[in-house]
Amino acid sequence: MGYQLTKTQMDELFRELSETYDLYAPVLMKGEGCFSETDVVRYGKVTSPDEIVWDRKSDYSYKETLLPINETLFYFTEDTASVPQGPKRDRLVFLRSCDLYGVKRLDEIYLKNGFSDYYYARIRERTKFVLMGCGTPCKSGFCVSMGTNRAENYDLYIKPDGELGYADCRCGELEEYFRKAGAVEARVVPDYAEENREQVTLPKKLSNESFTREIWNEYGARCIGCGRCNFVCPTCTCFTMQDVFYRDNEKAGERRRVWASCQVDGYTDIAGGISFRKTQGERFRFKVMHKIYDYEKRFGYPMCVGCGRCDDVCPEYISYSNCINRLAKEEEE
Amino acid sequence: MKNEYIPQASKIREVIRHTDLEYTFRMTYEGDVKPGQFFEISLPKYGEAPISVSGVGAGTVDFTIRRVGKVTNEIFENYVGDSLLIRGPYGNGFDLEHFKGREIVVVAGGTGLSPVRGVVDYFARHMQECDSCTLIAGFKTLGDVLFKEDFALWKEKLQVIQTVDNAPEGYEGPVGMVTRYIPDLKFKNPENAVFICVGPPVMIKFTVQEILKLGMKEEQIWISNERKMCCGLGKCGHCRMGSTYICLDGPVFNYVEGKNLID
Repeated sequence: MGYQLTKTQMDELFRELSETYDLYAPVLMKGEGCFSETDVVRYGKVTSPDEIVWDRKSDYSYKETLLPINETLFYFTEDTASVPQGPKRDRLVFLRSCDLYGVKRLDEIYLKNGFSDYYYARIRERTKFVLMGCGTPCKSGFCVSMGTNRAENYDLYIKPDGELGYADCRCGELEEYFRKAGAVEARVVPDYAEENREQVTLPKKLSNESFTREIWNEYGARCIGCGRCNFVCPTCTCFTMQDVFYRDNEKAGERRRVWASCQVDGYTDIAGGISFRKTQGERFRFKVMHKIYDYEKRFGYPMCVGCGRCDDVCPEYISYSNCINRLAKEEEE
Repeated sequence: MKNEYIPQASKIREVIRHTDLEYTFRMTYEGDVKPGQFFEISLPKYGEAPISVSGVGAGTVDFTIRRVGKVTNEIFENYVGDSLLIRGPYGNGFDLEHFKGREIVVVAGGTGLSPVRGVVDYFARHMQECDSCTLIAGFKTLGDVLFKEDFALWKEKLQVIQTVDNAPEGYEGPVGMVTRYIPDLKFKNPENAVFICVGPPVMIKFTVQEILKLGMKEEQIWISNERKMCCGLGKCGHCRMGSTYICLDGPVFNYVEGKNLID
């Protein structure tokens, strides 16, 4: 059901929703950017629409709301392992169309591929998604090329518009909040990005031969292996296990998992000093091929959702989208 | 839903010392396990490491651990009368059906013998279930030889070539890389031959080359791939090669598939 709300009703809606749900949305973190005196837009808890950054894409994706950057799997004392409690409240996660497609990728890995992940599942089943529109598409995204510009499986769509607000509610459980806020029924269609500045053509004839192309060495020479592209990516899911012990009680500690990057040293190292991808070129190839080839081979659709965040964040100005276009072009030649 | 990350404490029943660096830990475990599968073994504080099953007994499972990393170092220091945390088994392991009735050749390098030890031992005890069984096992030096007691039994039952890369002067046993002994292998019916290669990546590469030179087909060769595995559950991503998760789809592969895996 679609609704129109006044500014006051929007505030009321958020207040009411916050009573029951934890609302996670992109917020501006002042001075917390990578470089001094820079800001960053990341996910945080909100209780009003004004706290949310609506007019630009978040620098980091929604991913950390489902998959914390570091997550305690269990605490150990001498003989026991105790699992920390899951989220106490249901949550609403505000995100863009490309990111909602990203959730499908996270689900594929964490709920399906082999085993179902206990920790992811218990957050995921308490999560609903609120779509944010892309009436003015972001500069670096190429969602239209990836077919991820029109997500329809949202629970709620919300758009503030000056003194008014619009919403489309597709979740029965959430309808009552609109009645309570006194919203008027209206026909609301989400703003979708119809055209991007960046356009990407996926190579169609990738194969094992593509792994040895010269292009990987070229990008490898520029990449410094910082891993930022992985951390901002809404579809990267890797982690590393880590045991932590407390200084004040050496008998107690915890096992955590922490986000990992396939671009950073150590990712493939095994005991005995063997490392399987030593060069930055191999690692870059590993990442790109996963996004546009290897994942699709296993699951039937590409991994990349075209959000463009990796291009935004790269300190070496490596353009992943341009790399894909070059691969496609090389194929034609 | 089962929380796969929670390990179980498993009592150390016995420790067999092979060398200064390699011990076999015989651990309590009830359940089905195949040779070539692996467990995540851990000590709180030091983390987890994937270790392959080197033997399966009644209510026990063996892990042959080489002291080469943070976790394994710690296991060597802290095992006495104690238990380790284990979870698993994970991975496909070796399916004995592929080898029954065949002329089996196992080529193993160093600790690579661990994952395949269960297969060798099975056929040593059930010779009637295979046509023949040959083991070519290579170690760096005589001091690195693993499973010495097993070798005594295997040498009675199987054709065993136990070679060392570097031997002291006057040593009369086989010397040199495992690959050196492959060209001399004789088969009653080459089409019925089947090979298992386990060891460091370079060793697998050259061993497979030698086997193919014998005129064998790729589908007659099985390999086991060792990779970094933080979870064993298809989640952490470290072991992935192309579209394949070694922890879920492997670590044992027929070479027809295995040759296409790129790191």
